[in-house]
Amino acid sequence: MIPRIYIPGDSGALALGAEKVAKAIEKELADRGIEAKIVRNGSRGAYFLEPMVEVATADKGRVAYGPVKPSDVKSLFDCGFLTGGYHKRWLGAPDKIPFLAKQTRLTFARCGVINPLSLDHYKAHGGLKGLQNAVAMAPADIVKQVTESGLRGRGGAGFPTGIKWKTVLETTADRKYIVCNADEGDSGTFADRMIMEGDPFVLIEGMAIAGIATGATKGFIYIRSEYPHAVAVMRKAVEIARGAGLLGLNVLGSPNAFDMEVRVGAGAYVCGEETSLLDSLEGKRGQVRAKPPLPAHKGLFGKPTVINNVISLASVPIIMDKGAAFYKDFGMGRSRGTIPIQIAGNVKYPGLYEAAFGMTLGEIVDDIGGGTATGRPVKAVQVGGPLGAYFPRALFDTPFDYEAFAAKDGLIGHAGIVVFDDTADMLKQARFAMEFCSIESCGKCTPCRIGSTRGVEVLDRLAQSIEPEKQIALVTDLCNTMKFGSLCALGGFTPYPVMSALNHFPEDFRPTPVAEAAE
Amino acid sequence: MTMQPASTEIASRTAAIIQELKGLEGPLLPILHGIQEEFGHVPQDALPVIAEALNISRAEVHGVVTFYHDYRSHPAGRHVLKLCQAEACQSMGSDAIAAKLKQLLGIGFHETARDGSVTLEPVYCLGLCACAPSAMLDGEVIGRLNDEKLDEIVAEVRS
Repeated sequence: MIPRIYIPGDSGALALGAEKVAKAIEKELADRGIEAKIVRNGSRGAYFLEPMVEVATADKGRVAYGPVKPSDVKSLFDCGFLTGGYHKRWLGAPDKIPFLAKQTRLTFARCGVINPLSLDHYKAHGGLKGLQNAVAMAPADIVKQVTESGLRGRGGAGFPTGIKWKTVLETTADRKYIVCNADEGDSGTFADRMIMEGDPFVLIEGMAIAGIATGATKGFIYIRSEYPHAVAVMRKAVEIARGAGLLGLNVLGSPNAFDMEVRVGAGAYVCGEETSLLDSLEGKRGQVRAKPPLPAHKGLFGKPTVINNVISLASVPIIMDKGAAFYKDFGMGRSRGTIPIQIAGNVKYPGLYEAAFGMTLGEIVDDIGGGTATGRPVKAVQVGGPLGAYFPRALFDTPFDYEAFAAKDGLIGHAGIVVFDDTADMLKQARFAMEFCSIESCGKCTPCRIGSTRGVEVLDRLAQSIEPEKQIALVTDLCNTMKFGSLCALGGFTPYPVMSALNHFPEDFRPTPVAEAAE
Repeated sequence: MTMQPASTEIASRTAAIIQELKGLEGPLLPILHGIQEEFGHVPQDALPVIAEALNISRAEVHGVVTFYHDYRSHPAGRHVLKLCQAEACQSMGSDAIAAKLKQLLGIGFHETARDGSVTLEPVYCLGLCACAPSAMLDGEVIGRLNDEKLDEIVAEVRS
């Protein structure tokens, strides 16, 4: 058997030197005259172990080594890593690594395991079963199954996916669209990127199912330009899928037609908002539309459109494969299934952790994340990206659930968690939230466009201790206006980080005035 | 200095890109990406050609070009360095990294070095939040930035 070596081609692994490791391994193989097959897989998401190299052995299954540096490569060969030999970077079976072993991988089951661009690998690991079931079903039954699974939009809003699909199915039109929102702009989130780079066919399968379920024949994946690797992998995957009959006039040989295109954004954060994304796809400025009409009625080019996040669509194949009840069994309350939690920032064990809803924030940060990377105490965690609230330790008992977070004036958003140690200045973080909103505002509505700029000014005055009580009252009032007066979540949710910082860390908002120099 | 192509040449190269992409649904962004790839920026002389071909006003094209952060009105340096300044990177000291890099390169954000070697830009998230602070140099990703990696980056852009 020719040894098979897995070296991630995932951006995160590349950023940590995976390409240099791959080159070093290739060179070593050539120097030693060993024949081996190198597979560029995605990442399993344990970024503290990346670049994590795996070897498929005849007797021990896959054996992982990490984090591997190019300088380790020679000694890895000397230790017989091709047969799973021991080395200081030896991690054993990857699925036994505690960080990975404790997860419930449904959406990310194949990510980091298979060759992302091999349909055979995809099928061998349970891929396409969902779509095969779907082509044999009536559209309404597919929609019913997705609705019953309890799947809610993983992009942040948490709207039931099945209801969205039902609306599109029931709207008559000569043309309908499936749009995948892959404009993952929230800091602290990388689940969409990982799926697109590590298991692109699951997204294609999910979109094809959405198309069959709603009568849509054309799909678009709108990927942000900051993700060039994801764009390249998705484009290749779409071509392969088309060649294999997964896409085209007869999806898997059925009478259903569905095809898709990959489109690239142009650096506007607001295009992650669904209606501005649609405008952007149409070739316009990415400005938010007023709702109604809902995109499900009048979406892309005025046609009924399903617009879903990457993770929502990528979760559909397993639901169609294993059934609604299987998926619904995971989770708590009205948050069903699993959620890929992305643990990032100043944290010892950063990475993607897919689990059923319901873990507490404290478990995620302290037990799984292992506290801060700097070793200092955790001061705050921002959950849900730049529009998410900052949570103090006092709220670490909050379970990871849409409603529980809303009850604490926060949101789980796209499930990114950014950890800050005690050196963080929360007034500075609040100011950044306003500044970010002012940079990225589409300019359509006043509370967001003007409010964010005024917010920066007010917080700057506060930082200079100019009439602090007055500034705090003003920023509170401003946040209230932005929250209720903005058209979309950019202006509407910017108050979350600002007000949570102010409410939970009031001491940072009353800085001691700089001592005047003695005359 | 970068030589600017003549306006007639811009028009003909623009027309070729439009010809290739015009059949797409909503072709404007793909066309603008194509033009930026061709010229390194979106030249003013390309705008009327696009407007004419897509039957929209020049003002509309201008509105779209200026809305998106990616489209440049002027050519960038030989290297483009994007430094992440979003929250996950902030939590790992991206402010200090930015200050150091600006000092090393002698330029601020949105500026190009006088010798045309490099353009420095802030970016709000590269999806490398689990290996912060991060950057992207000419499309190549770099994680866990530290002083040593900054020195390597500076050496590379100056070489």
